[in-house]
Amino acid sequence: MRSFWSDSNKIVMAFLMVCLFLLLSGMIFLPLLEILQKSFYTSLGDFVGLDNFIRYLGEEKSLRLIQNSLFVSIVSTLIVIPIAFVFAYALLRSCMPFKPLFRYLALIPLLSPSLLPAISFVYLFGNQGFLKSWMGDGSIYGPWGIIMGECFYVFPHVLMILLSALSLSDARLYEVAESMGAGSIKRFLTITLPSAKYGLISAILVSFTLVITDFGVPKVIGGDFGVLATEIYKQVIGQQNFSLGATIGVLLLIPSIITFGIDRVVQRKQKATLGSKFVLYRPKKSPLFDAIMGVFSSGVVLLLLIILGVSVFASFAKFWPYDLSLVLKHYDFDSMDGGGWNSYFNSLQLAFWTALYGTILVFICAYIVERTKVFSWLKGALKFLALLPMAVPGMVLGLGYIFFFNNPHSPFNGLYQSMAILVMCTIAHFFTTSYITAVTTIKQIDSEFEDVSDSMGVAFYHTFLRVTVPIAIPSILEIARYFFVNAMTTVSAVVFLYSPHTTLASLAVLNMDDAGDISSAAAMASLIVVTSIGVTLCFNGISHSIVKKTQKWRKG
Amino acid sequence: MLTKGLSLITGVLLLGGTVFAKESLTVYTALETDQVKPYLESFKKVEPDIEVKIVRDSTGIVTAKLLAEKANPQADVVWGTAATSLVLLEQNGMLEAYAPKSLDKIDAKYRDSKNPPAWVGNDIWGSAICFNEVEAKKQNLPLPTSWEDLTKPIYKGKIVMPNPASSGTGFLDVTAWLKIFGEKKGWEYMDKLHENIGQYTHSGSKPCKMAAAGEFPIGISFEYRAAKSKKEGAPIAIVYPKEGLGWDLEATAIVKGTKNLETAKKFVNWATGEEASKLYAQNFAVVAYKGLSQKIEHIPANYESMLVENDFAWSAKNREAILKEWSKRYESKSEPKK
Repeated sequence: MRSFWSDSNKIVMAFLMVCLFLLLSGMIFLPLLEILQKSFYTSLGDFVGLDNFIRYLGEEKSLRLIQNSLFVSIVSTLIVIPIAFVFAYALLRSCMPFKPLFRYLALIPLLSPSLLPAISFVYLFGNQGFLKSWMGDGSIYGPWGIIMGECFYVFPHVLMILLSALSLSDARLYEVAESMGAGSIKRFLTITLPSAKYGLISAILVSFTLVITDFGVPKVIGGDFGVLATEIYKQVIGQQNFSLGATIGVLLLIPSIITFGIDRVVQRKQKATLGSKFVLYRPKKSPLFDAIMGVFSSGVVLLLLIILGVSVFASFAKFWPYDLSLVLKHYDFDSMDGGGWNSYFNSLQLAFWTALYGTILVFICAYIVERTKVFSWLKGALKFLALLPMAVPGMVLGLGYIFFFNNPHSPFNGLYQSMAILVMCTIAHFFTTSYITAVTTIKQIDSEFEDVSDSMGVAFYHTFLRVTVPIAIPSILEIARYFFVNAMTTVSAVVFLYSPHTTLASLAVLNMDDAGDISSAAAMASLIVVTSIGVTLCFNGISHSIVKKTQKWRKG
Repeated sequence: MLTKGLSLITGVLLLGGTVFAKESLTVYTALETDQVKPYLESFKKVEPDIEVKIVRDSTGIVTAKLLAEKANPQADVVWGTAATSLVLLEQNGMLEAYAPKSLDKIDAKYRDSKNPPAWVGNDIWGSAICFNEVEAKKQNLPLPTSWEDLTKPIYKGKIVMPNPASSGTGFLDVTAWLKIFGEKKGWEYMDKLHENIGQYTHSGSKPCKMAAAGEFPIGISFEYRAAKSKKEGAPIAIVYPKEGLGWDLEATAIVKGTKNLETAKKFVNWATGEEASKLYAQNFAVVAYKGLSQKIEHIPANYESMLVENDFAWSAKNREAILKEWSKRYESKSEPKK
């Protein structure tokens, strides 16, 4: 009996792994391969090797675009890292009040499309902005507008990395240092910074990559200041020049892959520094320090809220800046570009399907990779496919999808222009982060459940559905929430894939801005934020009540 | 349970294959979104069983899309898109000639001269400058009356115009300048104008909307958007430059190779017919259908006489070269503006 189950377990497992492998290859690997290949051919289909790159890099215009991209990415990183570091430091090392509130509010940018801060900055510092005078003779349309918008967009991503890095400092080190008479500055320089070193490197790289690959902010506020990401958009959408788009896309892939590689190395090293006798640092009260940190953090959070608030306010203002009476007419999306209210409902649909299928796929994939003891090469391949999307900018993925699916000879051609392709692309785009969350959770669940079930002859999927899934419910909900919110806000990958009957809210923001209906663009962006906040609160509520129930059951 | 999960996953793959039972037609258009809706309602009354799928974008993008899909056309009909672009498509052998029912009612100037014609015009749209009077007062800007005026140093950084690569309105301005000033002087004019441009926009509407909001006080746009913004209460004066106005036709054609030829013909008959033309006449001062043009608020009665000479064949043939030159001069050399 036992061997029967073990064998059939193996067969089912192998079947599942092959299915997953094929599915993930189609969703992630083949589109990428396709774009790489395209970058070595002319638009007529002749193989030219590296010619496309050599020719492209030989143009004066491309060099300026590269320079522009590097400039905004470096400056944004230099600005956002210290701010996020101090903010994270305040959250973990001070006793300022309202810490949980600050922590939640700091994540607001994650819930809005990257176009929103750009729109807000136009309203704040544009030629008709409230605070135009702050800009002096400068203009918001250009590098400084981009940099400000990117700082808003990148802040929570960087903050999360720094929070986890700073929480790794061992409290015992501080006690020893203090007893040896080391002052607070010396302790900061010799303990805090070194222990957060790897986190800082990660944060810097992530910030750089996010900025250089983002096109939402520069599209709205960049004016005539072109960057690589907007150039891909211009070439592909504006000129339908796909092979040049592929060439620039592959160039954008380079910093992402370097970042990804370094990040993997850094994470491995970071783990090694964690000893088993680790003691969590608990901050002590220090009125002056806490006050300074409190003021700083309130300032940051206030800024984030103002940036969000400006778009919301502008979306109700009748005729900016001449008539600020409040009206709803900018929410009449049906007479605007971008697909009208349908776009919003399409986005909800996309978010729902992405959350549903994405969560199932991610969780099964993580479970199999973590808990299978056979077919190790297939396991390795799955793991590679699961981590790969992290290294791929959304625009590159989207372009790869066009090449892979819009080929009239491709068997998947029928998917082109459908909602399904948007769902697949969005799942692939945000796969890695969810996958890492799932793996972390599964690792925490004792693998003896599987060993016991196996020896009792229970099929592994019974164990999976009856034990693993119920225990992991909070983390599963978190993955679903993550997929949902990102599907609502994403623009970069789907911008190449939507069709007239699958227009999306986030893209409507872009199209309405292009047509000059900036108030309606602000309105749609606000609607996306409100929806994301609502969904987040819902998921947190459900998760909370489930955890509460299971605890009640435990108390019995 | 397991198979259920798998079928869910594969289910998504099938999600896209929604089938439409009715006659359906894919129409590419560069008409303004706020026009498309009432137009289509009228079409629905005539042909309630035809489902029209609209792909709307700026002229340059619709054109580029059609050219890129040459081998495997996705559109059945191109509607309300620049005649220059349609001539270009025709030169590429991509249009199906068809004489719509009311062809004899169409002004001969505003249709393809061949019989049957490859395309038929709907209405004329042309350049207009939106000038924000409130901001002008604040910034002491005089009202420009000519294209030449726009190059005065006082307007430095105050003007927005559409990028001719993406916008049909931008392109008709550029060709008009090359016609008015001659090729060499035309580019010199644009060099000077470039010094005053605050931003090149994606669409032809955006400059006027930006001028209406005072974001940039002067927007080079087109008369429909200008008149509409003014009617909605924007504090703008509309300037029709005295050297003459660039213009193009919004025109309609059937794409060669369409699988829905009969349905496409029905659509084109409506789009070039009296009912639709009456609707065009509410938005545009000059329509191709004879006898329907009427005076429009904020557009002068002698509008048609202000239009410059236009040669669609020349514009179409030189489109690529003009855009390349434009991009070389103003996209690759422009430093970020202060």
